[in-house]
Amino acid sequence: MPTDTDAPITPANLVRQPGGDTFVSRAVTIDRSRDELYAFWRNFSNLARLMDNVERIEVLDERRSHWVVKGPAGADIEWDSLVVEDEPGRRIAWRADEDAEIRNSGWVEFRDAPPGRGTEVHAVIEYDAPGGVVGRLIAKLFQREPNTQTRRELRRFKQLMETGEISTSEGPRGAGRHEPSESKES
Amino acid sequence: MRALTWHGKHDVRVETVDDPKIVNPRDLILKVTATAICGSDLHIYDSFIPSMMPGDVLGHEFMGEVVEVGPSLRGEGDNAPLKKGDRVVVPFNIACGNCRPCKTGQFSGCDNSNPADKADISEVAYGHAVAGIFGYSHMTGGYAGGQAEYVRVPYGDVGPLKVPDGLTDEQVLFLSDIFPTGWMAAENCGIQPGDTVAVWGCGPVGQFAIRSAFLQGAGKVIAIDHHANRLALARAAGAEVLDYHEVKVREALTELTGGNGPDACIDAVGLEAHGFSPDNVVDAAKAAVRLATDRTHVLREVIMACRKGGHVSVPGVYGGITDKFPVGAFMEKGLTMKTGQTHTQKYMRQLLELIQEGRLDPTFVISHRLPLEEAAEGYRIFKDKQDEVTKVVLRP
Ligand SMILES: NC(=O)c1ccc[n+]([C@@H]2O[C@H](COP(=O)([O-])OP(=O)(O)OC[C@H]3O[C@@H](n4cnc5c(N)ncnc54)[C@H](O)[C@@H]3O)[C@@H](O)[C@H]2O)c1
Ligand SMILES: [Zn+2]
Ligand SMILES: [Zn+2]
Repeated sequence: MPTDTDAPITPANLVRQPGGDTFVSRAVTIDRSRDELYAFWRNFSNLARLMDNVERIEVLDERRSHWVVKGPAGADIEWDSLVVEDEPGRRIAWRADEDAEIRNSGWVEFRDAPPGRGTEVHAVIEYDAPGGVVGRLIAKLFQREPNTQTRRELRRFKQLMETGEISTSEGPRGAGRHEPSESKES
Repeated sequence: MRALTWHGKHDVRVETVDDPKIVNPRDLILKVTATAICGSDLHIYDSFIPSMMPGDVLGHEFMGEVVEVGPSLRGEGDNAPLKKGDRVVVPFNIACGNCRPCKTGQFSGCDNSNPADKADISEVAYGHAVAGIFGYSHMTGGYAGGQAEYVRVPYGDVGPLKVPDGLTDEQVLFLSDIFPTGWMAAENCGIQPGDTVAVWGCGPVGQFAIRSAFLQGAGKVIAIDHHANRLALARAAGAEVLDYHEVKVREALTELTGGNGPDACIDAVGLEAHGFSPDNVVDAAKAAVRLATDRTHVLREVIMACRKGGHVSVPGVYGGITDKFPVGAFMEKGLTMKTGQTHTQKYMRQLLELIQEGRLDPTFVISHRLPLEEAAEGYRIFKDKQDEVTKVVLRP
């Protein structure tokens, strides 16, 4: 299968998905070493800074973290996530607990870009929300634009690792109708 | 503070808005001392640039005094971070200095300066997210611009250039955009000594392109426009001029180059080309009903006029889609085309030296000076009276 990268990886968007779950894949090149990027990601509490709807991520122990996602009208959704694969400097895979409202899992891989060009970060997120009210809520949070979420998270990851800050155009505006701007502080 | 804001087609106003604050650790706040209106601002004024929001503060050509410094500006020695009280001129594109494009001098391709949510717009429209630009729509980040009393400057340790004592604001203000833009436009022509370079558009960008082409070794520059004042400025720089209302441009260029065509052609007009040629009228009609967005009459003309194997350089801004691109002429004549938002940061220092050496005095281009309060009038005359106005400088 032809791909647009020579990297020895099965392009994530060719990964076959069992049972029609939603999955998202994305790659970004970051001008930092594999080890630095791995270390940031492996400390899951760091990831909250990169994500739109995540209220907080508590690291419970070496493998387990607790995720709290903001819902409309204060309806938080929480679950525990478990690291299922951990290759320092190379790959992290995780999966939500069996009883999580949103069954989700994912992996991230760090691969050397051509010499002197940093690290390729490949990420795949998979999730499957149940039906009903909660399902609709979750769908709203996660599925409306699943690609959008992931690409924004990876962009912020790159910004933070390369520049030490998350870029924002927060600033003065005149009267008129306005989109909320990025307001994550760094 | 007072700032010039956009509210719709031909509707810009000076109003009171919040003062900018330091948001990120490498930010600066600048008290603006001088700012200018650019031909690129006219594309916004005429509503050709998508993703504008009412209330957006415009302005990407500005300079001023540092009044506040974020906690983590990087650099040491000669590159020590700026301090309160420093006088700086700021490049119009926002660049982080750390990503691969920045590190290789492709500052207008910075990967990081467009906030993650805004970057979606251009990723969808262009295939890749473009870099941030001050005061230039949400596609380029939604940053408040510098036609204001104060402005927040992200990555204050990368872009702003300290101005040496003894130079006036007006001498260095155009390092923010049009001088580097004209310079890069000429550089993209790959000029060999004695080359003939033709420049479409004698607005500020064309003017700096003409002078840069000579400084880079062009033997002859032919400038094309129809405003007498602008053609006169081109002639003053040593260019031969063509009024496109009086002559058939392509035939004239072929004759003036002994039948060859110019070695390089610069499109310093962009997506609002005017003229009465049939293709332009069709483009204008299509743009009006939104079948196509850009009027690419000049882009076609530069490709058709250029000699075999020559260079086509396009500083003129395009934003959307066109048809009738003369791809056959482009390919069969083996042309090289280069374009892009200027990598301003790459050129500022070297062009400052040219100014200090007296080899080019950028103030020649200024025709009007107005207080910021009268900025809306500045836009109106820059748009409607191009036969009198070449460049408007605003003072807060
Ligand atoms: N690439 C960049 O980074 C960059 C930076 C600054 C400006 N720009 C762009 O450069 C272009 C010029 O900017 P400016 O400030 O000089 O604008 P301007 O509007 O003052 O000048 C444009 C000139 O083009 C002339 N013109 C129009 N149709 C023509 C035609 N058919 N043939 C010949 N001339 C024609 C006009 O009479 C006018 O004098 C704009 O598109 C602007 O957005 C690009
Ligand atoms: Zn400009
Ligand atoms: Zn950058």
